[in-house]
Amino acid sequence: MMDKLIFGRYVPADSAIHKMDPRSKLIMVFLFVFVIFLANNVVSYALVAVFTLAIVKLSKVPARFLINGLKPVLILILFTFLLHLFFTKEGELLYKWNVIEIYSGGLRQGIFISLRFAFLIVITSILTLTTTPISLTDGLETLFNPLKKWKLPVHELALMMSISLRFIPTLLEETDKIMKAQAARGTEFSSGPVTSRMKAVVPLLIPLFVSSFKRAEELAVAMESRGYRGGEGRTKFRLLRWERKDTYLVLAICILGILLIVFRT
Amino acid sequence: MGEMGETIVKLEQVVFKYDGQERNAVDHVSFEIFEGEWLAIVGHNGSGKSTLAKLLNGLLFPESGRILVKEKELTEETVWDVRRQIGMVFQNPDNQFVGTTVQDDVAFGLENAGIPREEMITRVGDALHKVNMDQFLNQEPHHLSGGQKQRVAIAGVVALSPSVIILDESTSMLDPKGREEVLETVRMLMEERGVTVISITHDLEEAARADRMIVMNQGSVYKEGTPKDIFLLEEELISLGLDIPFPVKLSSSLREQGIELSQIHLTDEELVNDLCELISKM
Ligand SMILES: Nc1ncnc2c1ncn2[C@@H]1O[C@H](COP(=O)(O)OP(=O)(O)OP(=O)(O)O)[C@@H](O)[C@H]1O
Ligand SMILES: [Mg+2]
Repeated sequence: MMDKLIFGRYVPADSAIHKMDPRSKLIMVFLFVFVIFLANNVVSYALVAVFTLAIVKLSKVPARFLINGLKPVLILILFTFLLHLFFTKEGELLYKWNVIEIYSGGLRQGIFISLRFAFLIVITSILTLTTTPISLTDGLETLFNPLKKWKLPVHELALMMSISLRFIPTLLEETDKIMKAQAARGTEFSSGPVTSRMKAVVPLLIPLFVSSFKRAEELAVAMESRGYRGGEGRTKFRLLRWERKDTYLVLAICILGILLIVFRT
Repeated sequence: MGEMGETIVKLEQVVFKYDGQERNAVDHVSFEIFEGEWLAIVGHNGSGKSTLAKLLNGLLFPESGRILVKEKELTEETVWDVRRQIGMVFQNPDNQFVGTTVQDDVAFGLENAGIPREEMITRVGDALHKVNMDQFLNQEPHHLSGGQKQRVAIAGVVALSPSVIILDESTSMLDPKGREEVLETVRMLMEERGVTVISITHDLEEAARADRMIVMNQGSVYKEGTPKDIFLLEEELISLGLDIPFPVKLSSSLREQGIELSQIHLTDEELVNDLCELISKM
């Protein structure tokens, strides 16, 4: 169950998007979030759709992963769609029944906003589906590096993130072990009333916390013994490589932006 | 096994006490460690072995007394150099694995030392080759066995080419196979690179194979000598809460029974050989 939550993310595949530098993907997603708000008519939405589909196609990520990503927000999308459908009173009246009135503008707006939502989710999913968490971390670290000037502990944050990533499987394994140990003593985790299930979590969390602190302490000692003394003077083993295709990706999103400015009304 | 060289580490009347503890965890400890030797440190739980190891690595500093590494005193200023000379492998394989993959983890120490990337790549490759883990470069830690993780930890230390490696119960959480793998790796490093090994252990069979042994008791050195000298103490060791390896026990029982064995035996092999010899004489 917990496996899927976190490991359901990265999907290894041999695609152009997979091989890109995490920085270019991060920049693309960042710009996309702004650019998509420029779309406001059929042509501009069609352009965004083409862009999104092209990225999906290039990433070679099976559609079911994207659909899985959309599922949790489906209700939200539906809700905003209905909200616009019923409460935007523009254009001509299409349908009327009692107090319910649907205008063409509302329908249009509902569809557009839902699409915007869906595109955003798809593009951000593509980022996490095609980039390993660790290279995302590396990408963020290099992109945020200039902020060190303003005392933002970029290196430390990145290290924290990479250590968390490293320990997630270990802690999940441990959770599993403790759960089994407690289940053997008669604790019910998966059935019974909600209150008793909540109570069952306590004997799970406490040993987990205790052991995490012990791990953290030992890890800190081991890191120090291996010569870790902050980011100063450190070299990096993992290298990010910006290639031509990365420039193309960033150019593509810029061009999309320009086209949207031209075609929007 | 390595032959005894010059003194590489020297402890002089080292004292250490943890805050809030009444007794000294390490109490006026003095001894020397020689280049190229395998030194086993044994002792009951809480006898100060891990504290000693941390002192040697500058993770703790003595209250009084001195530690000399290659004749230079270990102080706040020299500690980073000393850590490059003395590498340490800890007990829990999970809690010393920093990287998200095997090669990242081995590179961690090199990154800290500011080694250029090109050199890092060759050093990581070499170190992993040494510990026979080079087919696992991109493996994530949770897919490795305990013994494999410890070998990666050793590679992380080896990549920095230290003169001394301290193993603080590094094999105690492993199964017999993993333990043998790790010890074999360390032994090979000793032979090929002449590193000095300090092995802290509860496994007296392992200690019996060392060049020299130190027995700790309540923070002090109780006895120092070759494994043969140490295991002659038998009863005393037991009263210190230590066990005795099976061949040593068997050999002394046989002697008690009046069987004429000339000496104590540290390994099964020695005992079997002597017994065979005895039988052939009868
Ligand atoms: N962080 C600490 N804070 C306070 N006291 C400590 C700490 N670590 C160890 N001690 C105490 O110092 C003494 C020596 O501990 P140390 O860990 O060096 O023993 P050890 O020989 O390594 O034992 P073991 O065989 O169990 O690993 C013990 O009495 C222990 O309780
Ligand atoms: Mg210890």
